[in-house]
Amino acid sequence: MKRLMTCKQAASLMVARQDRPLGLWESATLRMHLLACRACPHFGRQMDAMRSAMHAWRNYRGD
Amino acid sequence: MSIAESLAEHRPYLMRFARLQLRNDAWAEDAVSETLLAALAKPQSFEQRAQLRTWLVGILKHKIIDAIRLRSREVALYSGDDESASASDELDALMFKADGHFCTPPDDWSQPDQRLGSQQFFKILEACLDKLPPAMGRVFLMREWIELESDEICKELQISQTNLYVLLHRARLRLRECLQLNWFSQPKP
Repeated sequence: MKRLMTCKQAASLMVARQDRPLGLWESATLRMHLLACRACPHFGRQMDAMRSAMHAWRNYRGD
Repeated sequence: MSIAESLAEHRPYLMRFARLQLRNDAWAEDAVSETLLAALAKPQSFEQRAQLRTWLVGILKHKIIDAIRLRSREVALYSGDDESASASDELDALMFKADGHFCTPPDDWSQPDQRLGSQQFFKILEACLDKLPPAMGRVFLMREWIELESDEICKELQISQTNLYVLLHRARLRLRECLQLNWFSQPKP
């Protein structure tokens, strides 16, 4: 199932979902890829960390 | 301390954010001046505000949107930015092999939450935001700091949604790379 998409495509979707909802097919293939891949879940957590960091930064900057 | 003096104290802080968002000193000066004038025009609001800075930042966000709207033609001119496109291709080549696998597996960024909320971290984050090319940085902060929806940004900058997503995508990858190099790869005290 991992071969349905490459790590590059998976990373691209993990970045894109910060700004838009993924389509059904995109979500399903990404989920399958993440189950089979060792590297990509780390990338996904990096994106989550960046989102948390931006949220914390907004609070830190007092708004 | 008079109202004017209280407001003037916040000017450097507001300038820093206007500059970060607008990427143009003159535009930032205008936006901050208009913010302070708007605040001065409503002294009754000012007296009721315990959180003066929060109130001023709220006004500044509106003034920044006005500035972008006023200069949307100039801003949009930079959106196609060929230089940032080729730099992003280079970043892609650094991250991925020809077969689409990572060249180097991504690091584990899990850290105690307080580390990502530390003043040191925010300094690095702001330095990384400063490094983004103008169009990219402007769009990214409209999304992440002013918290506009995608369709609002497209309308203000007169760009297509595809163009917006490309700019945001590149900005996020660059920011990730910058944080990786300057924070997550650095030995911690």
